[in-house]
Formats: sequence, C-alpha cells, structure tokens
Amino acid sequence: MKRSTGSKAPLGQATTGANRSRGTEVPEPDRPVQHKFFGDSLARVSVRLVLVAAVAAFGILFMWTLIANGRYPLAVLVFLVTAGVCVSFTVERLYPFRWFSPGLALMAIMLLYPTAYTMYVAFTNYGDGHLLTRVQVIDQLERQTYRPEDGRQFTWTAFRSERGEFVLWLQSDAGSFLAEPGEPFIPADRLPNWVGPLDTDGIPTEIRGYTRLNRTEVLRFLTQISALEFGELPETVRVQSLDLVEERRQRFVFDPANDTMTDQRDGTVYRPVTGTFTAEDGTTLRPGFWVTIGPRNFQRLFTSPALSGPFIRVFVWTFVFAFFSVLLTFTVGLFFALVFDHPKLPAKRLIRSLLLVPYALPAFISVNIWRGMFSRHFGLISTTLEAIFGWSPLWLANPVWARVGILITQTWLGFPYMMLICTGALQSLPNDIFEAATIDGAGALRKFWNLTLPLLMVAVGPLLIASFAFNFNNFTVIDIYAEGGPPMAGTTTPAGHTDILITYIFRLAFAGGRGADFGYASAITMVIFLILAIITALQFRYTRVWEEISENV
Amino acid sequence: MAASTVFNRHRQTFDIAGRLLIAAVALVFALTPVLLIVSASLDPRNNIVTQSIIPPGASLKNYQALFASNIHPYGIWFWNTLKISVISSVLTVLICSISAYAFSRFRFKGRRGLLLSVFLIQVFPNSLTMVATFLLIQAIGLFLPSFGLNSHGGLILIYLGGAMGINTWLMKGYFDSVPRSLDESARIDGASNWQIYWRVILPVVRPILTVVALISFIAAYSDFLIPQIVLQDTRQFTIAVGLTLFVRAGEYSRNWGIFAAGALIGAVPVVTLYLFLQKFLVRGLTSGAVKG
Repeated sequence: MKRSTGSKAPLGQATTGANRSRGTEVPEPDRPVQHKFFGDSLARVSVRLVLVAAVAAFGILFMWTLIANGRYPLAVLVFLVTAGVCVSFTVERLYPFRWFSPGLALMAIMLLYPTAYTMYVAFTNYGDGHLLTRVQVIDQLERQTYRPEDGRQFTWTAFRSERGEFVLWLQSDAGSFLAEPGEPFIPADRLPNWVGPLDTDGIPTEIRGYTRLNRTEVLRFLTQISALEFGELPETVRVQSLDLVEERRQRFVFDPANDTMTDQRDGTVYRPVTGTFTAEDGTTLRPGFWVTIGPRNFQRLFTSPALSGPFIRVFVWTFVFAFFSVLLTFTVGLFFALVFDHPKLPAKRLIRSLLLVPYALPAFISVNIWRGMFSRHFGLISTTLEAIFGWSPLWLANPVWARVGILITQTWLGFPYMMLICTGALQSLPNDIFEAATIDGAGALRKFWNLTLPLLMVAVGPLLIASFAFNFNNFTVIDIYAEGGPPMAGTTTPAGHTDILITYIFRLAFAGGRGADFGYASAITMVIFLILAIITALQFRYTRVWEEISENV
Repeated sequence: MAASTVFNRHRQTFDIAGRLLIAAVALVFALTPVLLIVSASLDPRNNIVTQSIIPPGASLKNYQALFASNIHPYGIWFWNTLKISVISSVLTVLICSISAYAFSRFRFKGRRGLLLSVFLIQVFPNSLTMVATFLLIQAIGLFLPSFGLNSHGGLILIYLGGAMGINTWLMKGYFDSVPRSLDESARIDGASNWQIYWRVILPVVRPILTVVALISFIAAYSDFLIPQIVLQDTRQFTIAVGLTLFVRAGEYSRNWGIFAAGALIGAVPVVTLYLFLQKFLVRGLTSGAVKG
C-alpha cells in the first residue's frame, strides 16, 4: 500500500481502511433489507433450496433402490442421513450442522453403519448357502417349474428379434397362442395389432420387429430357445423337441399363512429351519436364506472343538504378536535413540535420516522383500545361514520360525518410528533432574531405569498403546509374509499358524477357498471390537481426550 | 588432574567410536533389504541371490519387462493408485477442515457430544468391519455402480469415511490455536463464515493441512486390505495388491527381478514425500497417527 508523500497521517489511515475492506471482497455489501429471508438473500435461499431438493431426490431414489433389493437397514440410514442434511440446510437454528453434514454423512454411512451391521451379521448365518434374503429365496424357488405328467403339448414356430429376443407361436387342438417370456399367453382371437394376420397354416404372416425362423435357424438357436421359459406362471411352456413344447407348472408354492413351501409334484411340505426350507425327512431346498441364529456363532467360538481350536490359537498369537512388536520396536528404537543422542557424534543427522528409510518404505513393499530374503532356496538370509552354519531354519514353512521371521520383519519396519518419537521425547526431558541425580551420585544405569524410562513412558505411553492397537490389526505384515501360513492341520476353517484375528476374518469371509462365512467372521470381529474398546478406554485415561473436550467448550 | 583429562578424552573417543560402530550395525540392518532390491532390479539374470550391489551385466531389462506385461499391467496400477490416493487425500483435507472449522469456531448445543462421537465412531475402522463394508459397497453399487464393487469410487468413499474422525480431531486442535482475533477482524470487514474459513483460516493452518494430506495419501497408497475386498478386476488393482501378485506363492524365483523394479518405482512417491516433508510428519506423527 503506497502512501503519497506529503499526505497527512489521518488521511493515510483512511485509505488503508478503505483498501482493506475492498480487499476482502464482500459480496453485496449493502443488501436491501426487504430481500432478506431467514437472514439471507432470496437468491441464495432459492439456490440452497434447489440444492436441498436435489439431495432429497437423490436420497429418495437411493432409498427406493435399496428397498427394492431388500436392504432395509441401509435404506433407513440413507433416509435419516438425507433427512438430516435437508433439515440442517433449511432450519436456521441448525446452521453449524451444515458444516458438519458432508463429514457426518460419510462417517454415518461408511463407518457407523458397517460397525452396527457387523454386530447384526454376527448373529446370523450369513454366508455361503445363505447369501440371499428370505424374500429373494422364496421368489427364486417359486420361479422353478416342472413338467407335469398330464401337461398340454403344442407345436411351435419361433420368431426372433434383432436384439436376440424370442417369441413362440403355439398351436394345438385347443387353440393357438402367442407366447413371450415373462408375459401371459395371448390367444389367437385377441392378438395385438403388431401381429399380422394368420396364413393358411394358422401361423402369423408377420410379427413386427421379429423375423420368423426357418428350420436351419431354429437349429442354430435351439440351445438358447430351450433355456427359456415362455409365458407367465402359472401358465408356461418350455421347448422339449424340435416339434413340441410342453406345459410347465410352478413347482414350489409358498404359503405365507403357514410359512411352508409345498412341492406341487409330490406334495412334500418344506418348513424353514435356520434359513433352509427342510422337509420332514431332512431334504433341503437350495439356496438357503440368512436368518438370525442367536448367539450360535459365539458359542462356536468357544465350544465347538473344530472351530475353537484355531480360534484360541489365533487369539493368543495375536496378543503375542502385538505385544512383541511393540516391545521389540520400542527397545531397538529407544536403544538407537539413546546411542545417537550424543552432542559430539559426527554425521548424526545423516545416520538418523538413513535409519528412517525402513519407515518410509510402504509395508507392502518391504514385507515382500523380507519374504524374499527368508525364502528357502534363494533367499539372502537362508543361503547366508546355510553357507556359514550349514543349516537354516524354514522361515516360512515352520510354525515357530515363521513367527520369529515375522517379528524380525516387524522390528525392521517399526523401529524407526520408535526411534523418532524417543529422540523427540528424550530431548524434551528436563535437564536439572539429571544433574541433581548425578550430584546425588546415581550411576548411568540407575539414572536410566529410575529417571529416563519413567519420564519417557509418560510421553510415549499413549503412542505405545496406539502401536499395540495398530499391530493387533496389522493385516499387511501377516498376510504378505506367508498368507497366515503354514496352515494348521485338521481344522475345519482355513487358519494358519501365523494368522492373527484380522487375517483369520479375511480368510473366513473372502479367501478361504472353503466358502464365505460372514456370520462367523463377524462374530470374531466383535471380539476385536471388545479388545479395541478396552484399549481405547485406556487411551482415554492416558491422553485425556475427555478433559480436552470438557475444557474446550 | 592431567591424567584424568587424558583419560576422559580417551573415554570420549571410545564412546563415540562405540556409538559409530552401533550406527554401522544399525545401518546394515536397515539398508540391506533396500540395497538388495536395488541390485535385484538391475540384475537381468532375475536371481534373488546377488552378491554385489551392481550385478554383472546390469541393465534395465526388468523395468522394460515390468511395463510390457499384459497380465500384470503395472502402468495401469500405478495410475490407479495415484488417482485414488490423490483424490482421497484432497477430499479428506477439504471435508475435514470444514468440520474442524465449525468445531473450532461455532458454539452450539450438542457440540461436546458430537465431538466425542466423532472420536468414538472411528475406533472401529473399515479394515476391521471388512465383511460389513463389503456388503455396504455391494449395496451402494445397486444404485451407483461407479461406487460399487470393483470401482475406485467405492474405495475412495471408504477411505474418506475412515479418515473423517481422527483428521477432524487433529485439525480442530490446530484450528483452536489460531487466535480468534483474526476471524473477528475479518468479520468486522464484512466477511462471511465461508470467507473466513477459506480466506483467513485455511492459509494460516497450512502445516496441519499438509500433514493430513500426506497421512491420507500414504494411507490410501499403502493400503493392502480394502482394495482386495472391493476390487476384483486385475486392471482395477492398486500397486499394493498388484505388486504382490508377482511374488505370491511359488512365483518368487520367476518374477523377482520384475518385482524389484516395480517395488522401487512404487516406493518413489511415498519415500519422496517422507524425505521432503519429514519435519511436518514428525510433528504429525507424534500427535497421534501411527505406523509400524
């Protein structure tokens, strides 16, 4: 801001003031009062209302799709979130929530919902064989047809459209019909205007949009045509031979009043038993649907020997892994921090920077490298040990050595972080206490145990807890190192000796090769929830999040 | 007296020598895997046991092979990963800073409860609720296929949801340290809340924005679990998932050199960010986020 020479001070100040207010670009600096509406201009309010309407429309469409697909809980949440956003943007009193709405909407749908839904799925048998909802299963079963003994038969002529759709012209003594998949039969005397008049054989001369297939073309499309069912239940037909189509009847009829499914062919009655329609003699109908099964998944965790065996072992190893990860990385990190915390050490910065490299490298890369180094026939570590001692452990295939290998890898990954925070914490320790201790004649070791370590723990304690929680769920390291392997023998679920809970869940739900078991996987997730809740409570005490919230009102 | 000084001087020399020795051991431990991978990437023999840092006949053959493969489209993975990480990072910073500004500057009923909920909801991350997250993304895909299974949009949504809690919290703490007099003077000049947020606060809080952007970028870049759940098609993969394909069971000996080349290129963005922005990160790390 230039001031012309010779101008008086007050004038200069005035210029400054004017420039400043112009600089902030206030829109509509003098809005006419009569245009104000809810404390805002009419134009801005209308724009806002249009946006709110758009959000509402989007939410309703989304909700509609979800309801149509039987995803009721999510539909309810989408409704609540949409309503929340719309209300906060229309009610002036809720002004602050406009600012939170994007973040809160994301959190509610992407984070809160999965948490709540996990708790629900844990009490269901959701998984392979039970992947559909009840409504979907009933619908699917009711679509199945069978060929009755006394079914009607027709001769047929096929017509095909450009898009590959087929219609059949059916003829029998009882009359002629036009049959389309999923539509009721149309009798010959009520044909719509897009079907031309009948020729001498009683077949339409033309059907608009379709061409009549000759014998060769019929042969070409026979597989496609035979897979289709023409007509709409209860009246459908399916192609049986080049000459004949035969009537099909609905095989299963659901009786909502008695909650039973009846096989029309032989009259067998099926009743739903934990998500599967089951007959008296034990025959079941596939597919099953998922239902709540009470605490059975949790009982399986602890009672069923085939399942609880791997679970308990995985559970214990998860704690061992997380604990030793923290202990080893912290010990090594603190040791290096102490060693390099010397005023006259040359190249201190360079050393520290180079030691941070393992931390900077993404874990998915470095664990793969370590896995390569541990590999039996050509890995650097195995071959070196082989060359020196004539023996090397099976770092990937032996249950104990695989765990040792993981902890070595983990130490390499994590020590720089610990070194970093310990270096920081050491530098902030008060010097006078140490001087006093020296004067009192305390040795270096004693000073470390009685002063440095306790003071350090105050600063890094919460970070150690956080590190424990992180490693408790350290999927990347475990899964890349040996995919949880070596596999445990004789288990009914896919578990390995190095699996921790989170990788075990992953294998149960997605990568088992023995089918997905969402319900059981979610029950294990609940176990982790419980442990994480305890850890978080501990952190709360340490980090005083509570007080921060309370003071800062 | 003199003897003692000499003794002390010697002692100090020994002391420093000892420390340097430990430093040497530490550096060997820390850097061997890195040197190994550099050497393997240059070794056309595709051999994991290379004894010298620059292998005989060093060439860029592995790098060429890396980008030539159709089964493992590394170039596409790299682009996918950058796209997903950058978008997640930018949106996280934007949305979290809006919430953080409101938490820091507005006083309203229910603020304390909301603040606490934001902290508590993020205790259970998506990696943990992977089953429910998978089912959620499947359901979203019914309505918006570009945010459903096998889409990058779905992946980004998950990262955004997961990043809200801790980052809003981190930013709010930093925003609180910006003196209110700054807002007040802008307000007197007629600035609206949005203008104060965008023009006054954001430029001042750039350090925390950088930290959050970096943490979000690196978290998305290095994630190994969620992409495996959401993405199905190899061409949609991120580097983390794709790179591991090279060396999954039994393929080590065959693809080691190519993997090494891919690992080095994949490490470049993250390592560069770490090195350039170390000082920011140290501050950010010690205030909450962890790795390792």
